[in-house]
Amino acid sequence: MVRPVVELDREGIDRLIAQLGDSGFTVIAPTLSDGTISHGPISSSQDLPVGWTEVQDAGTYRLTRREDDALFGYAVGPHSWKRFLHPPEVVVWQGDGGMTPLDLAPPPRYAFFGVRPCEMAAISIQDKVFLDSGFSDDVYRSRRTDAFIVEVECYEPGGTCFCASMGTGPGAVEGADLVVSEILDDEHRFVVRAGSDAGEEVLAALGAAEAETDVIAAAEQVVADAAARMGRTLDTDGLRAALTAQAQSERWDEIAARCLTCANCTMACPTCFCAGIDDSLSLDGAVATRTRRWDSCFGLEFSYIHGGSLRTSAASRYRQWITHKLSTWWDQFGSSGCVGCGRCITWCPVGIDITAEATAMLAEARSEEAS
Amino acid sequence: MRPLEERQPTLAVYKFASCDGCQLSLLDCEDELLAVAGAIQIANFPEASREVLPGPYDVVLVEGSITTPHDEERIHDIRRAAGVLITIGACATAGGIQALRNWKDVDDFVNIVYANPQYIETLETSTPISDHVDVDLELRGCPIDKGQLVEVIAAYLQGRKPTIPTYSVCVECKRRGTPCVMVKGTPCLGPVTQAGCNGLCPAYDRGCFGCFGPMESPNTAALADQWHALGIPANRISEAFRSFNAWSGAFREESDRWEERSPV
Ligand code: SF4
Ligand code: SF4
Ligand code: SF4
Repeated sequence: MVRPVVELDREGIDRLIAQLGDSGFTVIAPTLSDGTISHGPISSSQDLPVGWTEVQDAGTYRLTRREDDALFGYAVGPHSWKRFLHPPEVVVWQGDGGMTPLDLAPPPRYAFFGVRPCEMAAISIQDKVFLDSGFSDDVYRSRRTDAFIVEVECYEPGGTCFCASMGTGPGAVEGADLVVSEILDDEHRFVVRAGSDAGEEVLAALGAAEAETDVIAAAEQVVADAAARMGRTLDTDGLRAALTAQAQSERWDEIAARCLTCANCTMACPTCFCAGIDDSLSLDGAVATRTRRWDSCFGLEFSYIHGGSLRTSAASRYRQWITHKLSTWWDQFGSSGCVGCGRCITWCPVGIDITAEATAMLAEARSEEAS
Repeated sequence: MRPLEERQPTLAVYKFASCDGCQLSLLDCEDELLAVAGAIQIANFPEASREVLPGPYDVVLVEGSITTPHDEERIHDIRRAAGVLITIGACATAGGIQALRNWKDVDDFVNIVYANPQYIETLETSTPISDHVDVDLELRGCPIDKGQLVEVIAAYLQGRKPTIPTYSVCVECKRRGTPCVMVKGTPCLGPVTQAGCNGLCPAYDRGCFGCFGPMESPNTAALADQWHALGIPANRISEAFRSFNAWSGAFREESDRWEERSPV
């Protein structure tokens, strides 16, 4: 099926944002906050980080100005969209003394404006986890089903990005309702493609002119250039087997000497989905509440079973994490658990780099195989 | 004493060397306490009421550290008359800021501070309650978190295990949505500090001060190296670990390591 492709200027982008708002969506997009590009509600393109970008490296992040008025001239920030779809803390059940469930407030209808390709890939991975792997999670489903996704292709990859290695960017991946490409020429144009029926309806209502082939070609060129400017790369050839083969490697202890077991990497990761359940009772015993909170394989309680925790050493916890992301996720869900967004690298307080650690393990496995 | 099924459990609060801040957290629980008022009898809490009922008490909260020979005796008496003994705050669980004396000669302080030092009877060290008697639960923090205190009392009354996490402050930052201040260049103790404050300081763009003491698996050495890489001199690193929880395991060892390397 050929979906419509239109060309917009910045004013057209404003009309698109307004239209989504008018149709009842809470429009969430990258916004400047806390010295970073995070996510917040917007009502026009003026609320985006216009003319801003960031410098990212292992364990470091700094906002800086661009020399243009680009709307999307940056990579991914500290938070991922999972904050909205798989909230960090959510009441999943509440009941009174008679065990009658109390009504919980319905979630808002979100339009995510400015989802990067790696983030779109991450949402598809969480769809698989929460909706299509044999059970369906109410919390996730109630937020995801009606969400409208506007994906934006990347032309300014960050210092820790490696989506090109993971096949998840910088060009659009499947799953979005609309895909936007920004072209920073004199005219400052945007190519917008529909990716779903809902997206087509929105474009039709917007009444924009069809995009000419030369503009579409220009948008494709921007993405191709970006793929050559990734901050990091990861050779995934044989990686899946190498990580499990190196389970007894002494390198895990060497990584553990640097790792704080602080859990930042897992919380920042857009695909990590683990959560814990806490039950509580009000002091007077009248209301029982079940709360779900993000949890991490870096915590001791996470692997606690009768008699103690299974993963007491930091080495075993780091190994669990990276092996799950890059190897056993394939066995469990049929894809990589890593989309190459680089968050775990940037937001690790001591800058532990998943690409460097995986590469070292791969090299070790290859040399052991050769000898 | 009648069996628990036939009466309300009793609560007592005791104070040792401390600032009273943690007990005040309990007073600050007014609304919550009204809900428990019917379920627990406040039998001995001088800050709240002059009426003191005789012990033993079912639940005993202890604030403060042991700093005098008299304290050493008194805590044993309290333990003997306590059902469940819960220590609250950095003083009771780690020795508090006053444990800085443990690195010095206490007589020097006594001579400077008191006009008549001959009347002062004090110990060389300030130590946590758990160095002297068995403790059933430690509630960390300087001061403690009111929510955690209510949780512990509720759990006791409801006969369940309290939910008191032992992972890092970072988990709270991430859940709360605070972009990491350390990654933005501000040194932070959060990765080695136990959660409980809900990531308070980083939410105001400050590094964590370590009020809740070492987390479950604190890699203080790796964090300190990163601080050093951020340009923090050795003596400042040593001092950072040497505050409210200075005397507790990992913080104490790390502060000693960097003191030896000072002043670079
Ligand atoms: S493992 Fe790291 S790079 Fe991969 S998706 Fe998660 S945060 Fe991004
Ligand atoms: S890899 Fe980094 S972010 Fe992850 S637990 Fe270790 S120190 Fe924390
Ligand atoms: S600000 Fe501090 S406590 Fe919060 S995530 Fe960063 S290092 Fe951890």
